[in-house]
Formats: sequence, C-alpha cells, structure tokens
Amino acid sequence: MDLYEFQARNLFAAHGVPVLPGAVASSPEEALAAAEQIGGQVVVKAQVKTGGRGKAGGVKLAKDPAEAREKAEAILGLDIKGHVTHRVLVTEASDIAEEYYFSFLLDRTNRTFLAMASAEGGMEIEQLAVERPDALARIAVDPIAGVDKPKAIEILTAGKFPEVILEQAADAVVKLWETFVAEDATLVEVNPLVRDPQDHIVALDGKVTLDENASFRHPQHEELVDKDAEDPLEAKAKAKNLNYVKLDGEVGIIGNGAGLVMSTLDVVAYAGEKHGGVKPANFLDIGGGASAEVMAAGLDVILNDPAVKSVFVNVFGGITACDAVANGIVEALKILGDEASKPLVVRLDGNNVEEGRRILDEANHPLVTQVDTMDNAADKAAELAAAGA
Amino acid sequence: MSIFLNADSKIIVQGITGSEGTKHATKMLAAGSTIVGGVNARKAGQKVTIGGKDLTVFGTVEEAIKDTGADVSVIFVPPRFAKDAVIEAIDAEIPLAVVITEGIPVHDSAYFWAHAVATGNKTRIIGPNCPGVISPGKSNAGIIPANITGPGKIGLVSKSGTLTYQMMYELRDIGFSTAVGIGGDPIIGTTHIDALEAFQADPDTEVIVMIGEIGGDAEERAAAYIQANVTKPVVGYVAGFTAPEGKTMGHAGAIVSGSAGTAQAKKQALEAAGVKVGKTPSETAALAREAFQA
Repeated sequence: MDLYEFQARNLFAAHGVPVLPGAVASSPEEALAAAEQIGGQVVVKAQVKTGGRGKAGGVKLAKDPAEAREKAEAILGLDIKGHVTHRVLVTEASDIAEEYYFSFLLDRTNRTFLAMASAEGGMEIEQLAVERPDALARIAVDPIAGVDKPKAIEILTAGKFPEVILEQAADAVVKLWETFVAEDATLVEVNPLVRDPQDHIVALDGKVTLDENASFRHPQHEELVDKDAEDPLEAKAKAKNLNYVKLDGEVGIIGNGAGLVMSTLDVVAYAGEKHGGVKPANFLDIGGGASAEVMAAGLDVILNDPAVKSVFVNVFGGITACDAVANGIVEALKILGDEASKPLVVRLDGNNVEEGRRILDEANHPLVTQVDTMDNAADKAAELAAAGA
Repeated sequence: MSIFLNADSKIIVQGITGSEGTKHATKMLAAGSTIVGGVNARKAGQKVTIGGKDLTVFGTVEEAIKDTGADVSVIFVPPRFAKDAVIEAIDAEIPLAVVITEGIPVHDSAYFWAHAVATGNKTRIIGPNCPGVISPGKSNAGIIPANITGPGKIGLVSKSGTLTYQMMYELRDIGFSTAVGIGGDPIIGTTHIDALEAFQADPDTEVIVMIGEIGGDAEERAAAYIQANVTKPVVGYVAGFTAPEGKTMGHAGAIVSGSAGTAQAKKQALEAAGVKVGKTPSETAALAREAFQA
C-alpha cells in the first residue's frame, strides 16, 4: 500500500524523523485553521499519489493564513495526472540551503535491503540514476544487522553528504531505518531531505510503501487505507476477501491461481484483437479452494460491473477437483438468480474434468457455454463480449 | 534422476497438525512420498495418524532429523510464525526446506534469507508462497497435484502454482523429471537460475520449460545465465503481458513499476538468449514438443 505524503510525514514524526510542523486539510477552512496554527508563511501541497505536483500547480507558497485558504481552494479538486486532489498538506515554509535524496527499499535482485543516498536531491530519482549514476550511492543493508549510526555515516559518506550535516543526517537515517522496519515498509523515501540555513535536517517530502502481508501485526495500518479513492468494485471484492483488480475492458475474468489468471488476461486480450478489440475487465483470483460461496462472491462482483459484457471462468482443477468447481458454478448461479444476466464461458480442465463438465451439461443453464480449451474459451468469451457491447 | 527431490527423500512437515499441513501430508503420502514425521513444539511427543500411517510429532526440526534422518522439510506454518519455522529449519541444517506458506511479510523473508546466507547456505530454501517440488513417480514435497502427469524428460521451473499445473497438464503425455514452483514473492530462496543449473546437470532432463511472470528482473537474469551456461533446449512463457503498471496481480511480486518488470522486456531478454517463448500456455507447450523433435 502506497501512502500519501501526509501519512508518510506522520509516520516519520512518530518515529522521531525531523519533519516540519504541519497539518492535513480537506477544506479551505481547515487549511486556514492549519495555517493560523503554524503561523507565518506556509506551503500548501496537494495530496495525490503521483509525482509532478509542483508542475501541475499542486504546490503553492502562501504568505499568511488568508492566502493559504485561497491556495487550498485552488488546489482542492485539482486533477493531477488523473488523481483528483481531496486533501492538502499545510506545512511551515522552510528555507532551504541544500536538498538531498535518501531511501531504504527492498532489493529483490540481491534478496536484501538497499539504502540509496545522494547529496544531489530534489530531482526525480529515476532521472538522477540515469543522468548522474555516480552521484547516487547504493549500499546494501543486512536485514539482521540493520542500520546503526556508523552504518548511517557509511551510507551518507558514500552519497557525498557534506561533513557539516553528517552527524545530524545520520541520526535521521537511523530513525528512517526504524520506521522502515517497525512499520514493515518496502519503501521509505525522503526527497528532498533538506538542510536549512541553520544547518538543521528536515524530511520535506516522503514516500512510504507498506507491506500488506504484514498487516496482521499492524492493525493501525487499516486507518491508512483511503476508502474514498478505492474503486467501489475493488472495495466490495476486498470485503469478501477476493483478490480482485479492476481493469478497463469488457470480458469479466475469474480463475484460480494468480499466474493462471494473469495468463488468462493475456489470452483474452489476444483473442479480443479478433473481436473488435475487447479486453479483460478485471483480474480475479478465487484461489485454490473454489467453493460455491467463493465462486458466487466472485461472480457477484463481476456481474455488478456495468462494463462487463461476458464472463470467462477459467479453472484448472488441481487441489480442487473440477466437479467441486462445477457444483460451485451451478450453486453460484442459483444464489445469484436474476442478478446473473451475462453470458458465461466456462473452461474446466484437470482433476475430475469429465465429472465437472457433466455436471454443467446436466444443469444446462441458459447463460453457460462450456469450451474445452483455454484458447477457444477466450475466443468465445471475447466474441460474446463484442456481440454484447 | 531428478532435481532437489528423489525417491530416497525423507520428508518432515512443519505445521503437520494444522489443517493445511494434515491435508497435504495426506496427499503427499498418497503420491508415494516418504514422510517420516512432523514438527510442532506444542504437540511434541504426540502421534498423528495420516493416511493410515502413524507419524511422530517432534518438538524441533533438529530432533526430527536426529530421530528419522529427514532431509526435506515442507513448511505449512501460518505467516506470523513462518520466520521462526524457517530459521529453525536452517539452524538444523536440513538440506531442503520447502516453504508453502502464503502471505509472509517480506521483512521476515529478507531476515530468514540473510540468516541462511550468514550460516553458509546449508539449507536450500524453495519459496515462500510456492506450490513446492515434485519428481513424479518418486516424491512430492508440497501441494502440486501428483495425478496430473507422470515421470518424463521435461524439467519445469515456474513462479506460479496453477500455471505449473496447467503446463504439466498440457504436456502430460511426455511427463516430467521434476517440476519446481519457486513462488511469486519478491524475495524467494531458490531462483530460476538455481533450477536451470540443476536441470542442466540432470541426465534425466532433456528439455527445460521456464515460466515467469511480471515484476522484478529474475527472468532477465535467467536469460543471461541460459546464454552462458545452458546447452539443453529451454522453452519459456511469461504471464502478464496485458497487466497495467502499478497494479499488483495476486502475487506480491507481480507488479510492473515504471519501465521495469514488463512481460515484453522479459520475453525479449529470453529470446535474445535463444529461448523460444510462447505467447500462451498452449503455444508454449507446442514449442516444448518441437524441442524434443529438434
């Protein structure tokens, strides 16, 4: 889960990383109140999970609370690369002497963690990595040893941080590591990390990604989920514990196992090329044990997507036998009754496939078509979606 | 021959008394695997009857090895206890630990992997979040259905469970030396490269099928390895060509971020290394058949 800047800032503050005084506001009045609380000049920043806010007019300086109110009014509702701004972060305006870059992240390739540091901050890190690779230090971090102050100094020295700020920046880095570990983050990025004219270190902007697999030990992370921004179908699927991602096509997809479902999306997209360019409408993995209830819950989510014109159920009977899956489909259609109104193409293969196909044949549901192979079933589903579009 | 797992493998199950552990221990036994016991510290000394066989529950992996000579552990322990379970297996120096558990926090996987490295990599770790490894007709360590196909000359390595089953099914008339599901998490123990190296050395494997998916650069690195080290024909498949950027597709590791990790990039890297890459599972199976005729 990616966090908003203000959420990252709050986590930093909770772990002792220096941040500017500030508050989040979802209305111009709240922005005014926040600016009055802070006093003096403030910065009003759009809270969107995308880069390039500044260029899009999403970051403004305000000389007093009244102006902060005006700026907030202009920024709230602003569309930044498809992300509508619902909140602004109001912070003290800081004087900047120098900008640096710092992050901790997961290094998949080396199966460990990585610290990245550069005395040349401010610009996008992807750009820095390409244009000035020597300026960006990449130091492996042992998950067991972690980051203490000497390690922090090693990282910052490699990143060519100036001597004058080294001690203070190292303290902040140790705190960032604590944040990274204590919150089960896969990314903690500060860009820019700033030195002010009084030689104080401040984390001016932050990005944090949390590992959802670790949510069992962080019940408080539930509050960080932005329920308003969630796709309603995704939220509904999540409430039913389904692994669902909304996409922008017309063919609803249900399958078992992440890899097979991803593959199904591809096969449907290829088939769609022959049928007016129809595409998959979603990713939905109902997992290994596809019971009638799970199948019904999955079909319920997909059939409630108005974009869906046909549904492709692609199941390989591995652990779950095909007869159980077929019974699940039949039961699901009974549970859904009239709500089930779009054609279903079902492909079953694997364990007990003959029995599974027989059950569906016998049920003889008017919406269900059985097709023997994944390729032909994808073609049929795409054809039906094109016909229904 | 086969890789990682053979007819002599002696398996213990960590988490044997849990519902998943019991269910799959039963299936493994039915597939002909030799299971010699289970591990659960709170139920040490008890017996469990699985598939008509009485198995001892040991307090630790170390005790289980001492008593039974076990050389494989299959781990079904729930996510919150999985890190300690894997570390226990590593400390007992069991040669192979297959971590089936799905949903382990990546900080925990990073930690146990670092521990494995720091203690000299005495334990091969497969997974986490994987279906395990099967050498058909010999042994099955994990949850891959044993009735899809039998022994044969194909070696299969895959990030995905159900795609493993699908591919085994497509090629069921040829059969497999070993099929390894390495898992879809961002940090995994055994990689595509480890499996490729083992298949290259295995006299019973004639053709290798490698299944990847979006995210990370494991397929690209496997491509470089194949070019330099693998002389047997390799056929590839990558899932997720149509996956949008920034959306995680079921596996924690399956996400395209920026320009990295796309299926297209992986396909190109594999093809540049001489690997024939199928667009779909069926096309990939057809390419594998051709590889036998070549």
